[in-house]
Amino acid sequence: MCTDYHPLSSNDRGADDGLGFTRRSLLGAGLTMVSAAATVPGFVSRAGVAMADTSMRVSSRAGVPEERVLVVVQLSGGNDGLNTIVPASRSAYHRARGDLAVGEREVLSIPNGFAGADTGVGLHPMLREVGELMGSGRAAVVQGVGYPNPNRSHFVSMDIWHTASPEKQGSTGRGWIGRAFDAAGHDAGGMACVSLGSEAPLAALGEHSRAVSFSHAETFRWSGADLHPAVAQAYDAALDTPLTQGASSALDEDPLAFVQRTALDARAASEKVRKAVAGSAERSFPGSSLGRQLEMVSKMIRAGLPTRVYYVNHGGFDTHAGQRFAHPNLLRQFSEAVSAFQESLELSGDASRVVTMAFSEFGRRVQANASGGTDHGVAGPVFLLGDPVKPGLWGEHPSLTDLDDGDLKHAIDFRSVYADVLGNWLKLDDAAALGRRFRPTGLIRDSA
Amino acid sequence: MSLDRSLNPISPAAWTPAAARHLALRAGFGGTPRQLAAVHESGLEAAVDAFLKPADPPAAPEGLDPDVVTPPSEEERRQYRRLRGEDAAAAREAAQRRRQQQRRNDRRMFRDLQHWWVERLLDPPASLHERLVLLWHNHFATGHRTVRDAYLMWRQHAMFREQAFDFAALAQGIVRDPAMLKYLNNDRNLRAEPNENLARELLELFMLGAGNYRESDIKEGARALTGFSVEDDEFRFRRFVHDSQTKTILGRSGDFDGDDFVELLLRQDACARFVAHKLYDHFVFDVGDDWAKVPRQRQAVIRSLGQRVKRHRYDLVPVMRELLTSRHFFDPANVGRKIKSPPQFLVGTVRSLNTPPRRTQTLHEAMTQMGMTLFDPPSVNGWDGGRAWINTSTLFVRQNLATYLITGKTPGEPFDVRDAQVSGRHDPRGLLDGLETSRRDDPQAVVDHFADALLGPHVSESRRGALYAFAEQRGRGPSDPHALLGLFCAMTAMPEYQLC
Repeated sequence: MCTDYHPLSSNDRGADDGLGFTRRSLLGAGLTMVSAAATVPGFVSRAGVAMADTSMRVSSRAGVPEERVLVVVQLSGGNDGLNTIVPASRSAYHRARGDLAVGEREVLSIPNGFAGADTGVGLHPMLREVGELMGSGRAAVVQGVGYPNPNRSHFVSMDIWHTASPEKQGSTGRGWIGRAFDAAGHDAGGMACVSLGSEAPLAALGEHSRAVSFSHAETFRWSGADLHPAVAQAYDAALDTPLTQGASSALDEDPLAFVQRTALDARAASEKVRKAVAGSAERSFPGSSLGRQLEMVSKMIRAGLPTRVYYVNHGGFDTHAGQRFAHPNLLRQFSEAVSAFQESLELSGDASRVVTMAFSEFGRRVQANASGGTDHGVAGPVFLLGDPVKPGLWGEHPSLTDLDDGDLKHAIDFRSVYADVLGNWLKLDDAAALGRRFRPTGLIRDSA
Repeated sequence: MSLDRSLNPISPAAWTPAAARHLALRAGFGGTPRQLAAVHESGLEAAVDAFLKPADPPAAPEGLDPDVVTPPSEEERRQYRRLRGEDAAAAREAAQRRRQQQRRNDRRMFRDLQHWWVERLLDPPASLHERLVLLWHNHFATGHRTVRDAYLMWRQHAMFREQAFDFAALAQGIVRDPAMLKYLNNDRNLRAEPNENLARELLELFMLGAGNYRESDIKEGARALTGFSVEDDEFRFRRFVHDSQTKTILGRSGDFDGDDFVELLLRQDACARFVAHKLYDHFVFDVGDDWAKVPRQRQAVIRSLGQRVKRHRYDLVPVMRELLTSRHFFDPANVGRKIKSPPQFLVGTVRSLNTPPRRTQTLHEAMTQMGMTLFDPPSVNGWDGGRAWINTSTLFVRQNLATYLITGKTPGEPFDVRDAQVSGRHDPRGLLDGLETSRRDDPQAVVDHFADALLGPHVSESRRGALYAFAEQRGRGPSDPHALLGLFCAMTAMPEYQLC
């Protein structure tokens, strides 16, 4: 790959710079490399990659449809469920919310013929695209999802959703996705779960499973390779030299062999990911952070990575003040991004194998506060999007008058939604992941 | 090949430069080639003694405020009640604002505390002491996200530091430690309503390990711990909620309180072995927490080590001295075969390559991305450690952290290695110290000089070949400072460098 690699004594090429290149020729080479990395697929032709590629292939297990993908959208900060799925026809809502309330004429009603139509509850007007997805049979919302004895700390409640363990206040240190992969022995070349963001979500942390996490594909690679082509080559050459039997012992599996395997996996995964996201998307995506994340996910799905779960984040929902402006904007970003994502999946022919789930760690209190915002509350809606879902508005809207110390009461345990996406969609062992069996919400089409 | 299980000291002939490197990496955080040579020259006993020397207590982080999180004062409560009578919503709002302000202050102080520890870790030397503080933080795992009081996290940390070499003192301290009492809800462990959380973890995770107690011991231990609570940042024994009736714990009956409970556990052989198991996992080999999965030969060593722990009444100085000079510790099956933890990786890279100071914030973020947020373990189980540290994304974080430390380049930033600063006391040529001047133009000699220090015994001749090729092709010779930086980046990216 380094065609203009010059060994030393190139004095006649100008001042030598110590690494065997003139500065000018190196810059030229560097630029070529960067553009090659972005466009030419030929750069995967190294021996080590071919070797690692076999480990990337997902082994087929009987009865496990490994092409199926779940995308989790985390709405961080506590999304105001009442202003998402809006009970605009109810006077108790307007009394509690005052200026923050959405008018009855403004809400988007649930399309006729779908579950939840004619209940006087509608979508926030900024969820126009989600409403359209529902109208074309590709969006479901579960109302009033939560858990017993809710915790109002962002951290604790988020941990509870990630670990699926309200009983232990989210302190188990293992996530629902990680445990599901543990039970299935899923590895997928270390890529079973890909998370966009600098930190891996607790949800994906199992005993053996971990998420691959990166905020930009450019950080999911060894940056030392940029320093100089010769540095990159030295590393690659070393990594591609097979290990000789070291001082291994019959007692334990050789740790060096383990790291070597992971390093080969990492290099191959990095190339796959970067190659996948380098191409242009099927359609344009909104410029929001969520839009960019879902654009990357759409490309990785299209490229057929062995990943089963993608994890993305949409933050800023902690609307203690100024909710009037902030919250509708967040909903619009969400709606536009998931709609672009859905359309992109249709265009690439992947729509039938992807389900998207969006959740938040809690909702907001029913009563608005005095700063034009709302404080931490409990139960909220969960979105399920995609061709394989049963569209409509499901579950009862939580009562606005039968409250628990000013909070809504949850009707559906969030683990029922997890049981659905794990068991019915990914065909993983939901009981093993959740610690016991929960009745799935049943929102995956039977044909799926 | 059979494992040498003896805890007797190695023979003088076995004290090689490679053995000195092993000791420096395990008892401390490694060092430059010259420092490793100095460890070797000092001799095994003197070297171990130097590692065992406790560090002076560091200066506390600046801006530490004991009152960062406080319950409302009497006066504030009075005001609140008055306001509530007039306008309930406004009163609630005001109380909430107060809470939120405290949370914000606490988060800021917490971040400062995390940065303080990163800087402290990078601040030489007394590395074995620091390694033990890390071990106890992981062992008595307590998370700020639950405690939500940075001052209490600092208090606990100071306790770990003060008692790092004395497990009995640590155990006695932990049941009176405000952060732990809050973390495991013992401040809500009342005679009328016992909370078993702390009792359970003392038995299972902190002192005995699964299989060495019964369910009834948890219940009775919880009763002994009733009333061990926190008030105004201090331990407080609340006599009126303490259960002073007779309890039966591990076959002994008496009117035990929390301190007695700890004493009972310390007297168990299982406790001494449990501590030995922890030390072994931290310093010798990644055997993991599950005793049943530890190979028999290693179990035997841990048992003998447990006898030492018992004999020395949990004073870890003589125990560690015996372990770190032992034939078992230096057995080839234990050399270069342990996964570096994030602090070992970070601090080790700084120490072994004498890298320039970098942004603390960035280093702290790298720690988090490597899976270890200081003062915030994922659960009371602490971090899994061993192979769990390494996956495809943490491996890149490690490689990129090393590149950043060596050159200052962050991922995604276009950066040519020759733009790296190489002047002054961080000139990489200083690391050639110890290699004869006449050999500094010999590419193989230069590579070997660093490969022996950075990559250790398991880098094969054929893999060195790739590095020789790099060094041979450098226009200004293998000792050119930028060529050296390039070499370091390639070496620290190699799988061998993840091991110690």
